[in-house]
Amino acid sequence: MMYALNFVLWALAAMAIGLLFMGISRKLTARLQRRYGPPFWQSFIDVIKAFSRKSISHNFIMDLCALMGLAGLLAAAMYVPMGGILPFPSDSPLILILYFMPIGYLGMAVSVSASGNPLASIGIGRALTLMLGYEIPFAIVVMSFISNYGTTNILSIMQAQAGGIENWHIIKMPFGFLASLLALEAMTGKKPFDVMIAPAEIASGPMVELSGKFLGLAFLQYSVAVFVETGLLTALFLGGGATVWEFVLKQFIVYMVLTLFSEIYARYRVEQAVRFLWIYAGGLAVIQLALNMYMK
Amino acid sequence: MGDFITVSRQEIVDNKWERVLNFFRQRSLWMLYYCTGCGAVELPPTMTSRFDMERFGIGPMATPRQADILLITGYVSAKTLKRIVRSYEQMPDPKYVVGFGSCPVNGGIYWDSYATINYLDKYIPVDLSLTGCMPRPQAVLDGLLTLIQMIDKGEAVGHKKYQLNYEWYKKNQREVLERTAPVLDTGGLK
Ligand code: SF4
Repeated sequence: MMYALNFVLWALAAMAIGLLFMGISRKLTARLQRRYGPPFWQSFIDVIKAFSRKSISHNFIMDLCALMGLAGLLAAAMYVPMGGILPFPSDSPLILILYFMPIGYLGMAVSVSASGNPLASIGIGRALTLMLGYEIPFAIVVMSFISNYGTTNILSIMQAQAGGIENWHIIKMPFGFLASLLALEAMTGKKPFDVMIAPAEIASGPMVELSGKFLGLAFLQYSVAVFVETGLLTALFLGGGATVWEFVLKQFIVYMVLTLFSEIYARYRVEQAVRFLWIYAGGLAVIQLALNMYMK
Repeated sequence: MGDFITVSRQEIVDNKWERVLNFFRQRSLWMLYYCTGCGAVELPPTMTSRFDMERFGIGPMATPRQADILLITGYVSAKTLKRIVRSYEQMPDPKYVVGFGSCPVNGGIYWDSYATINYLDKYIPVDLSLTGCMPRPQAVLDGLLTLIQMIDKGEAVGHKKYQLNYEWYKKNQREVLERTAPVLDTGGLK
């Protein structure tokens, strides 16, 4: 019973944190462009408004898989240790998170393909191709953790970094950090890798047919994805956090760095993006893996 | 063909729940531009650093499904009217239409043209018109702020008018769209 309540609270917290980050990053973007920008709670307003509108559903698959997309990412969020706290006792296995996240993405992919819009299918094709690009470097980084510790439990990895900045993996495994930062930029769909959204080319791709509540669900899904992805980087490389606040602050910094990168780059085509990710992010990840295996 | 039915403001304002939702709707407006006439060039300055409409929560959106506002810039030719009606009907409720420039209001300098329509309000319900040939970004922002106030007070009810008077609007649309049928013999090809 307690756990059920914890799940709900955890899910709400994940969405709220993600939406807050999205709002602040819009504000930051605006300030960089010397605009005043929307208030930082704009994303919350957008989501409530989206849920308040009529929505057009094309078939049952579209409804079901939109929910599945959110559910998959929320399941992944349950294993992200916010400052050592988890909604229910577990070791927060990294492999499980990496398996749950694609359920979220694939749920969304099936949902929008079911709408039958060709632009949505193009967007999904691009998103899944890009997924091939960033999953492989990230998987290699995870392997270098396995070769170091023989475990993928995030809690043990966080404990190994306890006791000061010099123990953080960002210092000990800098190549791995860079590789996963690049992968994260692609995971969050930020600018050099925003080829699947591309409003000017394919009319915002996967979102093209989403109206009202579906768009609200897509926003919530993105916010949970932001929470999970920045949470992973924080826990793996930035020492996690002793308290919830410390953890969220580090997540925030990671997301703002991603936003800053996003502001100075133009968009890659999809095959350029995949090539870049495989060569540079993949290369850095392999160097890290080799170093870790050599030094052990 | 019955009379034109208007929506009274009281019906909207008395619904407390609608009022709460309107509070959020007015602060987050996504806009779809239908820029076939003049005037599209006034929108980039309105969006970007100079006038920055995002500070009011107004942003561009790519498709009718996602958009709240349909902004129609400039003259509407008889052929584009068909696309405008289609886009409008694809948008989910509540939706608002803004006519931009003098031409959608009363024809403007294209008043006696054979190819354009004169009163956009006869074909789809226009909530707000920005006059001027063409309106500057200040006027656009001013108009959008007026629209925000109208939504707040529950006065922007164009989409309800369209539902109640569907037949009336359809009849007007048909009259124009008949003129756009191909005149040359296509030899059976469509
Ligand atoms: S109002 Fe003026 S600027 Fe606008 S479409 Fe008509 S002629 Fe062009």
